[in-house]
Amino acid sequence: MKIRYADVLIIGGGLAGLRTAIGVKRRGLDPVVLSLVPAKRSHSAAAQGGMQASLGNCAMGQGDDEDVHFADTVRGSDWGCDQEVARMFVHTAPKAVRELDGWGVPWDRVRAGEHEAVVNAERVVIREQQRAHGLITARDFGGTRKWRTCYTSDGTGHAMLFTLGDRSVAEGVPVIERIEALALIHDAGRCHGAVVRDLVTGEISAFVARATCIASGGYGRIYKVSTNGIICEGTGMALALETGVAELGNMEAVQFHPTAIVPAGILTTEGCRGDGGLLRDVDGHRFMPDYEPEKKELASRDVVSRRMTEHMRRGKGVPSRYGDHLWLDITVLGRRHIEKNLREVKDICNHFLGIDPAEDWIPVRPTQHYSMGGIRTRPSGESTTLSGLFACGEAACWDLHGFNRLGGNSVAETVVAGMIVGESIADYCSGAGSDSDIPTALVRAFIDRERAGLEALMSGPGTESVVELRSEMERTMIEQVGIFRTGAELDAAVDTLRDLLRRSRDVGVRAPAVGANPELVSAYRLPKMLRVALCVALGARERTESRGAHFREDFPQRDDRNWLSRTLATWPNVGSDLPTLRHDPLDVMSMEMPPGFRGYGARDHADHPDTERRETEVAAVREAHGDADRFAIQQQLMPFAHLLPERYRGRNERLASTETEDV
Amino acid sequence: MSDARTLTFRILRHNPQDPASTPDLAEYQLDEAPGMTLFIALTEIRERFEPSLQFDFVCRAGICGSCGMLINGRPGLACRTLTTKLDSVITLAPLPVFKLIGDLSVDTGRWAREMAEQLETWVHRVDEPDVDRLEQRMEPERAEAVYELDRCIECGCCIAACGTARMREEFVGAAGINKLARFRLDPRDERSDADFYDLVGTDDGIFGCMSLLGCHDVCPKELPLQSQLAFIRRKMVRAV
Repeated sequence: MKIRYADVLIIGGGLAGLRTAIGVKRRGLDPVVLSLVPAKRSHSAAAQGGMQASLGNCAMGQGDDEDVHFADTVRGSDWGCDQEVARMFVHTAPKAVRELDGWGVPWDRVRAGEHEAVVNAERVVIREQQRAHGLITARDFGGTRKWRTCYTSDGTGHAMLFTLGDRSVAEGVPVIERIEALALIHDAGRCHGAVVRDLVTGEISAFVARATCIASGGYGRIYKVSTNGIICEGTGMALALETGVAELGNMEAVQFHPTAIVPAGILTTEGCRGDGGLLRDVDGHRFMPDYEPEKKELASRDVVSRRMTEHMRRGKGVPSRYGDHLWLDITVLGRRHIEKNLREVKDICNHFLGIDPAEDWIPVRPTQHYSMGGIRTRPSGESTTLSGLFACGEAACWDLHGFNRLGGNSVAETVVAGMIVGESIADYCSGAGSDSDIPTALVRAFIDRERAGLEALMSGPGTESVVELRSEMERTMIEQVGIFRTGAELDAAVDTLRDLLRRSRDVGVRAPAVGANPELVSAYRLPKMLRVALCVALGARERTESRGAHFREDFPQRDDRNWLSRTLATWPNVGSDLPTLRHDPLDVMSMEMPPGFRGYGARDHADHPDTERRETEVAAVREAHGDADRFAIQQQLMPFAHLLPERYRGRNERLASTETEDV
Repeated sequence: MSDARTLTFRILRHNPQDPASTPDLAEYQLDEAPGMTLFIALTEIRERFEPSLQFDFVCRAGICGSCGMLINGRPGLACRTLTTKLDSVITLAPLPVFKLIGDLSVDTGRWAREMAEQLETWVHRVDEPDVDRLEQRMEPERAEAVYELDRCIECGCCIAACGTARMREEFVGAAGINKLARFRLDPRDERSDADFYDLVGTDDGIFGCMSLLGCHDVCPKELPLQSQLAFIRRKMVRAV
């Protein structure tokens, strides 16, 4: 029985995991990062368009600040997010961009003088200030009132991940590649590490740690078509769920990205539309202004995806052998722009579609893209119910995104959460509360349990095929738990998934291969994926309203009166075939921004009984502090600085936006 | 579709974890489907015929660099290779030079980490960035030039196509030299050419390159490896 010890075990080597590891290492602790793949291959690399941070350097970003970013994020979430967390995030995002800049990310820069851009299908001339020359620039993204998305061409995630990957080498952070956590070791409400399997040799061993952090990304691959990398199977969330103690939050909140290519499901960045690209239908007609006169193609992703689906349902889709699609037209941007700022998109179109996007329209369709839900944590990143367990990034629900995430807020979240959660883990480890006296017998019991499970798959009497069951799950999710949902379909989905979970216990592995054994890997991941899928489907069935990306055709209204709440799922009994759900209400009276109309999408919601009272209070505070600066007013409405690590409480410097232009 | 081709895949198989395994070419046949990539084909082969077949994909979009392999003898990214661009007999083998994990899977991760350690591929500066203050300015053209070289995905194709790498186990290869050129160009990195010379001024560094330039021909990201190799060689000759 091999046991390795570390202060902090981090499961996942993408942006969130690496930044967390660097943070705890700098605090003098001994982290170890486990990664399914070489860390630089993580799905973070596929983030294309950029990272939101309110630097306000470029002309179209002038006047931006934390307040504007905060309001955009809360509206984007359809008031489902935790507003304190949103405040922590928007405050720290500029620091994250600047830190990454110092570490080497070659962010695109402001060039003083005039340049052309496409805005609302028209060529406009934008004049950049001289004094902003050489500072980090930004592009437009959906659901934002300023150009706020910092980028490196359309390879932002790549540049960030390689910078953090190399930074972690520089700082001596150990990253173990090709290793997978099978189960968390826990006892009496305390997490102690994980049982792991070497994906090359098949060896099973354990890591024992005072703090464990899950940063394993999302669960896109429970869907048949997803923009996610194929390792994004939600198994990190399942590790937490299978403790029976940790909670998952808002698992039904699943984002569909408007523009993945058909049929491969590969993403083309929101930067395409941010930079001026248009959506067209079978007649070549630009249809988004018909539905969303204000934001058009740049409403939030949930809204654009629904409008596209609605338009195809009206018979305006382009028929193809792979079903209907619509067109993304970036020819309007011109070849020079595409070859400089959208080069991954150009490569993808060339290699997977055989087209040149400077000449041809791109066939696109809304496709599963992002998991707003995840392991429910406090603003510190610690699990609400399992002490010693932390989570950050897409795997977590601390809850920045509520029911819809804005483009550019996820890569930003990964590093911001890594910065904050790394500090809180270090604080945790410096306190006596992290002391551990875990007996090796407990570790042995967990190892034995996992080993027995794998042996049953390898040599048991099971006859079910993992390929068939998995494909049935993927199909069920895309057909019945997709963009438009109904009670009847969700009922059917839950039934099918329960049945699949039962059948997954009878899976038999055909190939007795020594070592890696990819079939065995699929087989032991399947029940984990099914449990995650059941949390999504059941959460969606129970939530009889529409909010953000969760849309019920039988309950199209956003119902703040009954559903301004967070869905929390646990799996207390491992033998059960359903999770246990409860709904945790959000407190309107402590919100800085009481619920209202988002400014795009349908204007249709039922108010929470406290909304009016809180609105009055907020208005009174603003009135009373009329001449105070924005920080003082914010502090009155919803203090959040106490939640931040001290080192990240400083104000963010900006070019003073009130000064008039120098020449 | 009655006129669909039948594709024959000849795949070099070997599992070093299994003492009984010996390297062997295995054959599988599939009906070609529209838009079929090697990712789709290999997944289908694994699901239908050979559940133990090992290969590496992550993004399946040509971004992450996981799936470098020899495709009809030439290093390339399998995920973005359409079968329509290949003959109906397709031979796949793992990238040479790297440690074999099994079948088409090789350990490029260890190589990449060793390269980072050896060449110290990070910005060297005395002061940590002050995250509350305005960032350091950079000329837009310079930032773009750095990004141009930053696009390397460390897929290992250039190493697999390199004559020197076959002879010198420690050779840093085009990926390494390109990376060094990237940091040399970065105004935030305070290292001098003398510092860079200490890292690559050897036969395992820039002076080992025989200028065969297989690297340049196969780079999936079309990085300007030829000019970077020549440029760094000239700079390093002058650095001492």
